[in-house]
Parts: sequence; structure tokens; C-alpha cells
Amino acid sequence: MNTNNKILKNLSPYLLVSPYIVHFMIFIAFPVLFSFVLTFHKWNIISPLEYVGFDNFNHLIHDRLFWQSLINTLKFLIVHIPLQIIIALALAEFLNQKIKFKGFFRAAFFLPVIVSGVVITILWQQLLSFDSGLINRFLMSAGIGKIGWLNDPRIAMGSIALMATWKNVGLYVILFLVGLQTVPQRYYEAADIEGATHWQKFINITLPSINPTIFMVVILSTIGGFSLFIEPYIMTSGGPLNSTISAVLYIYKQAFEFYHMGYSATLGVFFAFIIMVVVVIQKKVIEKND
Amino acid sequence: MKKTILYTLLLIAALSFLFPFIWMIMASFTEEGEIGKLIFIPNQFTFDNYLQMFGKIPIGRSLVNSLIVASTSTLGVLFFGSMVGYALGTMSFKGRDLIFYIIIFTMTLPFQITLIPNYIIMVKLHLVDTYAALIIPALNNAFAIIMFRQAFKTIPRDLIDAAHIDGSGELRIIFQVFWPNIIPTIVTVAILTFMNSWNDVLWPLIVIRDEQLMTMPQLVTLFAVGGRAEAQLGVKLASAVLLALPIIVAYSIFQKHFIQSMASTGLKG
Repeated sequence: MNTNNKILKNLSPYLLVSPYIVHFMIFIAFPVLFSFVLTFHKWNIISPLEYVGFDNFNHLIHDRLFWQSLINTLKFLIVHIPLQIIIALALAEFLNQKIKFKGFFRAAFFLPVIVSGVVITILWQQLLSFDSGLINRFLMSAGIGKIGWLNDPRIAMGSIALMATWKNVGLYVILFLVGLQTVPQRYYEAADIEGATHWQKFINITLPSINPTIFMVVILSTIGGFSLFIEPYIMTSGGPLNSTISAVLYIYKQAFEFYHMGYSATLGVFFAFIIMVVVVIQKKVIEKND
Repeated sequence: MKKTILYTLLLIAALSFLFPFIWMIMASFTEEGEIGKLIFIPNQFTFDNYLQMFGKIPIGRSLVNSLIVASTSTLGVLFFGSMVGYALGTMSFKGRDLIFYIIIFTMTLPFQITLIPNYIIMVKLHLVDTYAALIIPALNNAFAIIMFRQAFKTIPRDLIDAAHIDGSGELRIIFQVFWPNIIPTIVTVAILTFMNSWNDVLWPLIVIRDEQLMTMPQLVTLFAVGGRAEAQLGVKLASAVLLALPIIVAYSIFQKHFIQSMASTGLKG
């Protein structure tokens, strides 16, 4: 092998990774650093950056709408995550029995997962509509009466969480199904000999065995829930009474409705920090439980 | 008896996922005044909603835009992801582990932190209102790199050495010799990248203002919220049906691949 080739060979890994490095520098490293710079500035993109010290942070602390958007996002997660786990686990447990048409059921549960959130939101906006929505019409004919799914500030975020659960649960059914299939069959056989009921087997064998899957689902849906945006944007644009404005929607509005780039970046940095803290806490809890 | 209960529950669940879609399709063929009363089959089918929609928004153009953006991003991610994944998975060089840790770290980095600066980069590079604004930021994907690294790692050392003997370049080795061996990984990465690009709305809303360049979900979103549907439910639902159609068709053909690919995103963690 001549020297030229040898040099080329030593260089080749660097040539192969270089597009990634360049891309990383421009679209991740620089933006992260620039975010921190922006947090100390006021900027509407057109005029030059104006240094404002800690004004943005001060503003953030007193910005009631931002805290409301955080609380709204947490409300969403508090409804969404438990609901998702319970329904997904139940459906996965059903599918894990010896049944026919397994493929059909799985495909049906999974359909909303692949369809754009925009479609799902437009569809559910209609299903949940107060006057002529299919669900309220059904409730009326059942004699229950109308519910203000999206009109009542107390439950609007819950309705959005319900819809998000309907959209995503199919993915978690599949994940749980994979988890359930790793539980050793002999555990159940041993329990059968002892005469354990279905429920006892579920609590004492199934649940502990699929703990890792449950925690994975918690983390995945936490990260997904923290990026909640398009659903309130289309359905309620944050209303009624700001009850469904999510953190990402608020950051978006600050940047692209008011052109407060510095402040919006501050919110982004702060919110990203909260997300990382929450996920790290969740991971710590998981490791403890393992 | 037990089986009957099980099947009943499963059937109710399946219907609760399928029925809303069927209702939406039916409603898109129903006259405006009748949608509020529609239960299942409309009294009279009409194409009015679709005809009106075609007159109001460039939906065909947006379909082409979405196809261009999603396919280019997917090809880019497959290309660059393979290169980086191959280097990380089969070669030893200084800085390799550092690069790998950086990639893992970027996966845990919330996008909320880079959103505003990335928009500013697009403004400063004069890329707002171009396809490039939608494609270039998506060209590198940490998940794809890790998938490819994993796949290339399973190829035996002897084979890699043998491929080098006849003096072909690394790119040829990656794409001609080894790609045929890792087709499941390619399919998974392709499906996930394409779907992410196809379904993304937040980023297009930020960097595209020109209606002729909008992606399909973006156009439908702005149509639905912008008041241009003038509370015309049928037209709104018709646009939603058209938006759902391409993915549902792809899903019905490649159903198994879709489910496996999506499940693998969860299993990495």
C-alpha cells in the first residue's frame, strides 16, 4: 500500500463523520450556545440585539401566563400518562391471549398512531363539539346531557389528553405486547399449580416482569407530552381562558406572534431545563426500582 | 364464555379506533347542513366539499411539496446516517467515542432549546420560504446513526477486511457491498424518517410563509384554524381526509413494517 492510500485510509473515518460534525455545529451546538446568548438580550430579529441583563429571567418569573402554560402541560401529563398505561396494558393483555384476528386488532389499534396529529385534531374537534358533536349527541340521546369538552376551562385540557391517548395508545400496546412476551411461561405454569387467579397472576407475575416497559412508556409519553403543540393550536388556540395553552404553544406565540425572540429563547432554555430535570428524576426512580 | 367477553371487548376497542375515521370519511361526502346530524351513512352523497376545497387551497401542490421534502430528507438521512454509522460501528479512530457520546446526548436534548435559534439561522441564511429550510435541518438524525451503527457492527470483521482488499473506496463498500445486508434497518429508518417529516407541522409553520411552498399538514392546519374554512366543517374534514390518505394507503400495504419500525423507537431506550 503506498503512502497516499495509507493517509487516505487514516483519514477516511473523519471524512465519513465530517458531514455530521458540520451539521451538529450549525444546527445543534451553535443554536444551544446562541440560545443562552439570547436569554440576555431583547431582539425582534430586525433591529440589533439589545443587551438587557437578567430582564428576561425576571419577566419569566412574573409571567403568570407562562406558569399557567407549564401547569396546563403538567395537567395534560397527569391525565394522559396513567390513562395511556392502563388502556395500553389492558389491550396488550387481551391481545396476548390465544385469539383469532390478532393482526386485525393490532392494525386497528395502531391506525391513529401513524395518521398526522392534524387529522386527528380536526376530527376530534368535531367529535367533541358542544352543539353538534357526535359524542354530545350520543350523550343527549342517552339522557346524560351535553358536556363542554372544549368549552369548559376545567375539562378542556383533559379532553385534549383524552384525544392524545386515543392517538398514541396503539404504539404502547405494541410495546407492552413485546414486554409481555418476554415473561417466562413457566412462572404462569407454576402459579397455575398453586391455583392462582388471573388477577393474582397479573399483579404478582406480569406487572413486576414488565416494569422496564412501563417506565419506558412513562418517559416516552413525558417527552411527547412536553412537546404538546398542534392539538391546542388547532382545537382551542389555547383557550378557553388560556386553559389549554401548552408551554410549546406559548413559546411559539411569544416568538412568532409578538417577535420576542430573546424572551422566547429564555422560555425555551428554561423549559428544556425542566424537561431534563423531570426525565432525570424519572430515570433515577427507574434505576432504584430495577 | 370467557372468550366471548374477550372478543367483545376487543371489538369495542377496535371500533372505537376505526369508527371515527369512517365517520370522518362519510362526513366529508355529506352536505354541510347535514353533518351535525350524521350518524353513519349520509342521506345523499356529495362531492361539494372536495370541489370547494380545491378552489380554496393549493392542496395538490402541497401534496407534491410534502412528497419532495419527505423523500429528500429520507434519502439524506439514509445516506449520512449510513456513513456516520459505518465509521462509528466498524472503524477505530481518535475521537470516535466522543462523537458517539455527543450523538447520544443530542437525543436527550429537548428540541425546545434549539427551536428559536434555528429559525434565526434560517432567516440569516435567507432560507425562509425554501425547501432547503425544511430539508437541511433534518438531514442528520441521531436515531438513524445509532440504528446504522448497530447494524454495521453485526457484519463480521473478515467480510469488511475482504471488501477492502480489492481496493474499493469506503462509500462503495458501504452502499454497494453492505447495504444489501442491512435492509431491515434501512426500511425502519426510512419509514420513521419519512413519517416524521410527513407529519411535522411546527417547523413548517415557522419557516414557510408562501402558500405555494407549504407542506400538506401545514396547509391543512392553517386552513382549519385560519377561518378560511369559514366554519365550513365539510371542507375542513375533506382536507383532513386527503391529508390522511397517503399515509393510510402506505400503512395498509406495509403494515407490518410500520408497526415494527415504530415499536423499535421505543425499544432502544
